[in-house]
Parts: sequence; structure tokens; C-alpha cells
Amino acid sequence: MAKSQSAALDRKKLMADPVMVGTIVVLITFLTLFILYPLAILLVDSFYGGEGFTIDTFQRILSMPTFVTAIGNTLKVGFLVGILSTIVGLLFAYVEVYVKMWRIVGGLFKVVSMLPVVSPPFVLSLSMIMLFGKAGIITRQWLKIYDNSVYGFWGIVIVQTLTFFPVCYMMLKGLLKNIDPSLEEAARDMGASRWKVFATVTFPLLLPGLGNAFLVTFIESIADFANPMIIGGSYDTLATTIYLQITGAYDKEGAAAMAVVLLCITLGMFIVQKYYLEAKTAATLTGKASRGRMLIADRSVTVPLTILCSLATIFVIMMYACVPIGALFPTWGYKFTPLTFKWFGQVFTRYHGLQAFRDSFVLSLIAAPITALLSMIISYLVVKRKFRSKGFIEAVSMLAMAVPGTVLGVGYIRGFSGGVFHTGFLQGLYGSAAILVIVFVVRSLPTGTRSGISALRQIDKSIEESAYDMGADSFKVFMTVTLPLIKDSFLSGLVTAFVRSITAISAIILLVTPSVYLITVQINEFAEKGAYSIACAFATILILITYGSVLLMNLFIKYFGTSRKLKPEKVKKAKTKRINIQVIKEG
Amino acid sequence: MSKEKKGVRLDHISKIYQDPKTGKDFYAVKDTSLNIEPGSFVTLLGPSGCGKTTTLRMIAGFESPDEGEIYLGDEAINALTPNKRDTAMVFQSYALLPHYNVFDNVAYGLKLRKVAKNEIQERVMRILDLVELTGMEGRMTNQLSGGQQQRVALARALVIEPSVLLFDEPLSNLDAKLRVSMRTEIRRIQQEVGITAIYVTHDQSEAMALSDNIIIMNKGVVAQMGSPQEIYYHPNSEFVADFIGEANFLKGSLEKMDGNHAILNVEGHPTRVPAREGMSAGTGYTVVLRPESAVLRDEGGLPCEVTLSCFMGSYQNYHVKVGDTLVKLTDYNPKNKRIYQVGENCSLVFDPESVHIL
Repeated sequence: MAKSQSAALDRKKLMADPVMVGTIVVLITFLTLFILYPLAILLVDSFYGGEGFTIDTFQRILSMPTFVTAIGNTLKVGFLVGILSTIVGLLFAYVEVYVKMWRIVGGLFKVVSMLPVVSPPFVLSLSMIMLFGKAGIITRQWLKIYDNSVYGFWGIVIVQTLTFFPVCYMMLKGLLKNIDPSLEEAARDMGASRWKVFATVTFPLLLPGLGNAFLVTFIESIADFANPMIIGGSYDTLATTIYLQITGAYDKEGAAAMAVVLLCITLGMFIVQKYYLEAKTAATLTGKASRGRMLIADRSVTVPLTILCSLATIFVIMMYACVPIGALFPTWGYKFTPLTFKWFGQVFTRYHGLQAFRDSFVLSLIAAPITALLSMIISYLVVKRKFRSKGFIEAVSMLAMAVPGTVLGVGYIRGFSGGVFHTGFLQGLYGSAAILVIVFVVRSLPTGTRSGISALRQIDKSIEESAYDMGADSFKVFMTVTLPLIKDSFLSGLVTAFVRSITAISAIILLVTPSVYLITVQINEFAEKGAYSIACAFATILILITYGSVLLMNLFIKYFGTSRKLKPEKVKKAKTKRINIQVIKEG
Repeated sequence: MSKEKKGVRLDHISKIYQDPKTGKDFYAVKDTSLNIEPGSFVTLLGPSGCGKTTTLRMIAGFESPDEGEIYLGDEAINALTPNKRDTAMVFQSYALLPHYNVFDNVAYGLKLRKVAKNEIQERVMRILDLVELTGMEGRMTNQLSGGQQQRVALARALVIEPSVLLFDEPLSNLDAKLRVSMRTEIRRIQQEVGITAIYVTHDQSEAMALSDNIIIMNKGVVAQMGSPQEIYYHPNSEFVADFIGEANFLKGSLEKMDGNHAILNVEGHPTRVPAREGMSAGTGYTVVLRPESAVLRDEGGLPCEVTLSCFMGSYQNYHVKVGDTLVKLTDYNPKNKRIYQVGENCSLVFDPESVHIL
């Protein structure tokens, strides 16, 4: 049996569609040049030492005690953060899905899951230092401890757990909601206690999902640059070691080899997570819950759980609140009154604040629509079309998810500082604002693609086929059918890309030149110097911008999104149906 | 419609798929040749997985054949994309564009063809009138009932005046009553427009009611093609006989020929059936007996025993055993007839002309 004819025909049909072919070519070029190539060049650089294959560079970095310690440190932190985040996330998710609680607690949960999204990555490190550090309000002012050190292992672990557990919470919430309550009711009916039900039914069903959540946070923790940078002190992780290797020791080959090591670790975990655990999760938790769950109303359960979770959420919120408040004190830790706006003033008058906000804002604003459109096109191609290079496009855009920003940054330095393959081609890109935009796009592409794919999977394939059948070409189908149908996903992708870009730091900090000011880089700089009030002022304004754009998006979706147009009609229809039934009854 | 009607010809078409579980290739459609006359209504009928939808999707252009060539009229269309083919499809899920209202859905294909605005208006309204949806043009599609959505899908396909209309199980999402009235509607509209129509279904009564010709498919190959009467009365295999209507199979070896008839030994009893060419004594043959073409009498036919007797309103349902063979019977209009009870011994009587020998 030969499928050659159909393959040839499919190719012919594809070629008859120049827009589609053009799009695919552009996409493949983009993905190859800006994701695959920088990673490949890292490999080449670290194995190719002038005259042929060598492992000298690896031997060299592995003989550095700092590097070996950093590997150990990174894995230790990642492991513990993974476990802690999963536990806390599970607690929150369980309480939300299973326990009857006051409305306000649900609201608090929402805030907590929202905060890490809209805030720059190192905000918690800042507030941790400001609350519990040597000059911390809580440690120094209340507890009168004068030599408390938050820097190091525990500092990173606590801050990262607080930053990443909302991710686990959201993931596990989705899974718990998919467990059919009748499974647990059956176990209860058989005589199992609530604890027994959790241990023998809920937990085993959830196990692959927990593994999944653990690995996702593990990867996030390993890839995290900003928090270890600020609160790590002398406790170096891989990401910070690589950064220092470049900016401190100017050893680009060494940094490239280190980046390869870091990439291998995250990539390995990503593959396990993506192809093993995700499939398993989907297999054990298929189908939707058939009906609502009887919430646990037993006060001996609800009261302690509610109090525990509320305290935790209040703690997290307080940590975040510390940032804007900190920016209002005249001197943090020493002089608290009168509240002042002088730091905000200084942001703009002395520290290039206006320029930083303008640059960050403009660059993110350019990157966001590109990212959103690219990710929607990729998801359309992946879900709805079949062609040869589809697997490549899907794999590379997902691969970007597993690449830590620091690795990408080093890859760009190695890949573009001397032009592509050191030939000078595209050398102008390096050091320009354009490369920052590209990094923004690459860094947000996987999230956007992911949400695009899940949105498109829900749309019946035949809707697009029907448009195609009516005479529309691929471009027309995409513009008149696909995009309008996933407008919500597109809009939220737009804002997510914007928010991620404006709060990004790890790859950017390696690539930014003195001609461009970025807010996150400024915050990092001031936080490192210990100028916390200025850092807080910057961060506060940044949070306001990001939160504002999220609010704007929600408003926009509410009034212009597809949901408004389609949903109320359904409600109306349901109502008229009910009226019909009543009429029949009366008749 | 002034357009010239076109037929569809499939010339030794095959489609190979890969089994997702085993990774093995198999023929979803194998070496199928069909000739569909211009202006005729043809149904592709078969159980699920028989290749009927794949065949339709190859004609529409969504799938590419691995062997053979498809012709629309005289034109080979293998390499054409769906948007370049002069076909229009009505989908099982209707596939209406949910962000457009009825008018815009129907007008979609015309707008793509850059038809002038006032002509679009006129043609859309005329088609909506044809499918009896006048006055609904401003509704969103989710405000319509299933039957109305189906009409919009049909109107949308008709309005671009394609050479061939393709239906992919269009009625399977409707309830039974609506299905019956919609199929009458589809037949009426097809006759009125005079368009070539290819219709995929697994519902045999739909196929009967709609088609000029039925093509029965099984495991990727055409089992039989013919008018509904031909297929019902003269099935060419046990599969076809069983798939269309209900069928009992009586097996027996040929005892002797008697003019136009053959005498078979069925469960030890000589039975008269119509002869066909090339029969030889001693060979085993199968006779197709439709449940309505035999009756029970006290004597005069094949001796049998009643194992089920059940009143169904318009008919009495019997199961009888002739030797080891189970025969199902429907005796219509049972009022004032002698009703045989379970356990009674009686006789199975049929007219030799009303059975078919395979």
C-alpha cells in the first residue's frame, strides 16, 4: 500500500494556497532562527573549541566548585519548592472545590491566584527582605531581632513557593472539578470515612496530576532568575551563576556550556511532564463531573481549613501589599512617617522613570499583538490543518516553554552578537530594541499557543470546513471564521503577552543595552543596590499598569467578545423553553 | 437554475488510512468505481466505518485519494482544493457560522464569489423562500431549532448553485419525526432544483425515501448499486439483504430444476423457489425471505413451530423455527385472523415469486 498519491495531492493542494505556504515558511523561519538556532549555537559553542570537537569547556566548568555547588543548590531548591507548592496548591484547590466556605474566602483565593500574574517576578523577594530582613518591619520593629538573615536557601524556597503555588492551585482545581462526585459518594456509601475517601479515591486519581504540578513548579523554580538574584545572597543557583559568568567573568563559552546543562535539566523534566504525566492525567480523569458535588459543611472540617487558608492568603496579600506601602515610607525600616510620594517623584526625576516606562510599555505593546497573532496562527495550523512540517512547528513552539529565560538570553548573545553563525548576518539585530521585542514574543509564545490550541479544539472542525467548502481560501477562513470564533482567547492572549513582556527579566537582562531602559531591569538594579524604596515605587507603578490592562481586557471581552453575542441568546432560549412548558401544562 | 448539470465519476478510487492503535495501514475505501448521473439523487449507505463518509469527503476535496481519479463532469478534480471545487456540502453538525445571522450565513459563499450586493440580497431571499425560512434572516443561528438550522445549511449550500450537492448524514442529529419531514423536504427541493445530489447515511429508510439510486458499501468496497426496488428485492449478497430491511435466510441444496423454478431441500422439505442461471444439483443455496412475504397456515408449506407470538398493533410478530432455522415474520393487519400461539405447530407458506435466491 502506498500513500504516495494522497501525499502528492495534499502537497499540490497546499501549494495552491500561497498565503498558507507563505505563512508556514515565515513561521518555520521565525521558529528556527529565534528558538532553535540560539539553542543549537549553545551546543555548538560549548563543544567546538576552535579546532574540532572538544569537551574541554565542560571539563573546565565542572571543575569550578561554584558551578557544581550551583547545580546542587538549584536542584535542592527546585525539589523543595515543587513539593511545597504542590501541597499548598492542593490544599487551596481542595478547599475551594470540596469545602463549603464563606464567599469572601473565595474572593481572596481569586486575588491570590491573580497576583503573581500581574506582578513582576521578584516582588515577593523584595517584600520578604523588607518584612523579615535585617531592617525588616516584622523582624526588627516587632520582634526586635536585629540580625535575621532572609538571604539564601530558605529565602528562595519561601519566596518561590509563594510565587508558584497559585499555578499548582489553578491546575489542581481544574482536575478536582473533573472528578465525578459519584465515585466518592460510592466510597462513602460503602462505609469509608471522609479521610479514607480522600486517601483511597481522590488522592490516587489525582496522583498523576500532582506529579504534573510538581514538575511544572520544579521547572519554573529552576528557570527562575529574578528571585535567587535578589534574595539568594551568596547562595547561587544555575540561572544566577550563568548570569554572573557572563556579566562578571566575561566567560561566554563557559556560560554557554552552563546554559546547556541547565537546558538539559529543564528539557528532561519537560519531556517527562509533557509526554508521560500529562497523558496519564488525561487518562485517569476523563469526562466531566456528572453533577454538582455535595460540599463538606461539617464545621469541624470547614472552620480549621477556612482559617488556615485565609491566614495563608492574607499573608500572601500582605506580602504584595508591602510593595506599594514600602514606596510611601520616607526611609524603610527607620522612618515611617510622614508618608511621602518622594520616591515616586524620584522615579521620574532622577532615575529615568519616564523613559523606562515608555520603553517597556512601547516594546511590550509591539510584542503583544505579534505574539497573540502568531500563537493563534500556530494553534490554527496545529489543530485544523494537516501538512508535513506541522509536527516541527508544534514541537518547537512547545519547546520554548521548557527553555529558561537565562538560557535563551545566553543563546541570543552567542547567536547574534557576531551575526548568525558569526558571519555578521543580522548582526544589527544584536543590541537593538528589535531583539528585545523578539525575546518578548518567544517568551510568551508557548502560553498563547497553548490557550489558542485549547480554544480551537472546542470548535467543531466542520465549521471551518464548511467555509472552505463554500469557496474561502485558508486566509479567508482564518480571518472570517477562526479568528472571530476565538476572539476571547485572542484578546486574553494579547493581554497575557503584554503582561508577561512588561514583567519579563531573565532573558532580557542579558540582552538589554544602556540605550534602552526597562522597568524590570531598573527594579532589579535598585533592589540589588538595596534601594528598596525606589524599587518599590517602580514595582508599584508596574503592577498598576499590568493590573489596569487586565481589567481593561476583561471589560473589553465583556462588551465586545464573542461571549456577549452568543451567550445571552442561549439564556433567552432556555427561558422561552421553560415558558413553553408552562403553557403546555396550563393547556 | 440555468447551470449545466454535472455528474460525478469515481475511477478506481482507494483511500488508505493508518490504524491509530496498531499503526498498520488499511484500505478505508478500496478500488471503488462509481458513475453518478447528472441530476440524480444517489445515496451512499452502509454501516459505520464502511468508507461512505470518506468517499464523500474525497469528492468534496477534504481527503485526497491514494489511487484513482475523481471526475466532476469531464474534469479531473483530484488536485483541486475544496474551495475550488464546484461542490457544496451539508454537514452532519450543520456547521453554521455561529457569529453570523441566517442571512450572512447563506450569503457567505456569494460574498466570497464577489457577487453584487443587490444580487446577493435577491438570491439569498429566494433560497430562504425555497427552504421556507422567510422572515428568519435576522436570527442568530443559535436561536433556531435543529430543523431550521438544517434548512439554513441546505440553503447555504444551494445558493452558490454548485454542480453537485453533498450531504454528510445531515439528519442524524434530528429527532425521528423531524427526520421524516426533512427528508421529504430535501427530496422536494432536489427535484425542484434538479441538482445532482450525493447523500451519505446509515439509515436505510432515509436512503429508500430519497434516492434514485442506492450504493451500499461494506468494508471500503461497493457491495451493490441499484434502485431501491432492485436492492430490496434482488440483493446480491447476504450482507445487502440483511442491511436493507429485515431478511430471513433459508438454506438448502438443489434437488432438481422444474422449469422456471428450482426445488431446494430446506431442512428436509422440498421447497419451490425461483431458479436462476447456473444452478447445479447438490449445491447449497441461500434464499432470502422477507418477513412480510410469508404467512402461517395450518398446513401446505414448511412445517414449523412458533417460538414467539407478539401483537404489535399494525402487525403480529412471529418467530418460528423451521428445523434449526429461525424465521421472523410480520403478519400485517392481524385483526380477525387466526393467531398462532407459542408452541403451536403449523406451516410456513410463501409464494415462490416473492423470495429471492442468492
